[in-house]
Amino acid sequence: MSARRGIAGWVWVSPWLIGAAAFLFIPVILSLYYSFTDYPMLEPPLWAGVSNYARMLEDPTFWLVTKNTAIYVAVSVPLCTILALVLAAVMAGRSRFDRLLQAAVFIPTLVPLIAAAMLWLWMFNGELGLVNRALGLIGIDGPSWLTDRAWVMPALIIMSLWGVGQSVVIYIAALQDVPRQMYEAAKLDGMTAPRRFWHVTLPMLSPVILFNVITLTINAVQVFAIPFVMFRQVDGQNPAGYFYSMYLYDNAFQYGQMGYACAMAWVQLLVIVALTLVMFAASKRLVYYRAA
Amino acid sequence: MLSSRLSRALFRTLMVLAAAMFLLPLLWMLNTSTLSEQQAASGQVLVAPGGLGQTAARVAENYRRVWTDEAVNFPLYLRNTLIVAALSVVGMTLSSAVVAYGLARIEFKGRGAVFALVLATMMIPFPVIMAPLYLAFRELGWIGTLLPLWVPAWFGGAFNIFLLRQFYRTIPRELDEAARIDGLGHVGIFLRIILPLSKPALAVVALFHFIYVWNDFLGPLIFLTHRDQYTLALGLQMYQSQAGLTPWNLLMAASAMVIAPILILFMLTQRTFVQGAATEGLKE
Repeated sequence: MSARRGIAGWVWVSPWLIGAAAFLFIPVILSLYYSFTDYPMLEPPLWAGVSNYARMLEDPTFWLVTKNTAIYVAVSVPLCTILALVLAAVMAGRSRFDRLLQAAVFIPTLVPLIAAAMLWLWMFNGELGLVNRALGLIGIDGPSWLTDRAWVMPALIIMSLWGVGQSVVIYIAALQDVPRQMYEAAKLDGMTAPRRFWHVTLPMLSPVILFNVITLTINAVQVFAIPFVMFRQVDGQNPAGYFYSMYLYDNAFQYGQMGYACAMAWVQLLVIVALTLVMFAASKRLVYYRAA
Repeated sequence: MLSSRLSRALFRTLMVLAAAMFLLPLLWMLNTSTLSEQQAASGQVLVAPGGLGQTAARVAENYRRVWTDEAVNFPLYLRNTLIVAALSVVGMTLSSAVVAYGLARIEFKGRGAVFALVLATMMIPFPVIMAPLYLAFRELGWIGTLLPLWVPAWFGGAFNIFLLRQFYRTIPRELDEAARIDGLGHVGIFLRIILPLSKPALAVVALFHFIYVWNDFLGPLIFLTHRDQYTLALGLQMYQSQAGLTPWNLLMAASAMVIAPILILFMLTQRTFVQGAATEGLKE
């Protein structure tokens, strides 16, 4: 009986095991192998040792995209997290009013990235865009968001804030799990609303915050579609809007340098794993896990 | 008393303004799609200029022009997207449901390891595998077909398997035991008990995967080669990149056409949606 049951289990999970082997594990291992080769797509790969990795060190474009991506992650993830927490805290109720607000904040996250890119190309348009028209109303001469190198990053970060709704919904769900008595007790102790947020809400939410920050970081490290659509015009790529995944894509599919692209992909994977581990380690003291 | 009422009203107004900021870009897009090319480029904020009759005529004209554009075939892209979405959603939901059953209801040696592996694969970024996948699909002759976009879905997705497994675990085991006494095996229990009881979770999986397919840009960008196979996301990008000649009113009409089905789906299934979105944060 137990042997048959053992086999049954493997049969039920076999679709995923087969698929993961074919579409994940083998590609990941091949990618590692290709990263040590010279592989110009149309010819077979030739062993090249660590030359692809060495090349990164001297490739100015690699450092440009790495720097842009690092800045994007370092600014957008904390800002999104703070904004999401504040919005969640003020609209966590179950009233009709609160639900409407929640829907309004969530709706932008449904907009397909490509459509969002179109939308913001129009919003940030230097002369006709709504952003600069609004700034004009209060007497500010808005910048050319999409072409001025100094303003490309702020524009992208504003767009990332627009998509904060997913995090807000997650935080609201977590907030509704916080026992009411904790707030009652804090109120009796004479805590003001901001202090309750700091001393009760944040500690209670900390595991969810950690998880969400890690997810946001992993996504931000891979940012691709929006800058790809917005900052790659007929006259070329705006260097301020050039990101790691875009350069990786170019190496693989525009320049036919599969080996170099795979090396970049592995560096990206290692960075993601490292960031995740660091965040877990750093959060040990900050995250409060309720006894289950 | 009055001041607390006043501050409450002020607070509510602030919140409404904040929420409005999130919707403003979408309303601006919709409004632009109702203008003529000259009106959109006029530098003024115009809402329904010339009255409702003229506005309706312009809306019809703009959307018709996008729909019947000769270079960018939106009806065909919609068809391609729906083909990929249908095949992919059915495959993803079915196979994830099966694998999740194996992980939630059958005890076997190595189950813990398989589950850990499922969780670990959620961290693999697509760029790491996209080059080898492309090369493998090229060997198979799949590049330039829709196959790479839906075949992998038939082997289940890590997050969906996880979500369904968690849901199955909330279904009382006594139901399984009773069914077993009635002579049902795993297939019977799965089909007659687990599947019917997990409809809400299956709906979340199907809905989110549909949106994933609808939004996916990188996959079609890499695997599709002919315009005839483009999905909507890729087609919209092409529409915009036609040497930047596309007028804003038409570009916004095209974007609205890509967004609208998802928003309508959201309105119809709001509860399922928000529950699903919230569970994404509770992976532990």
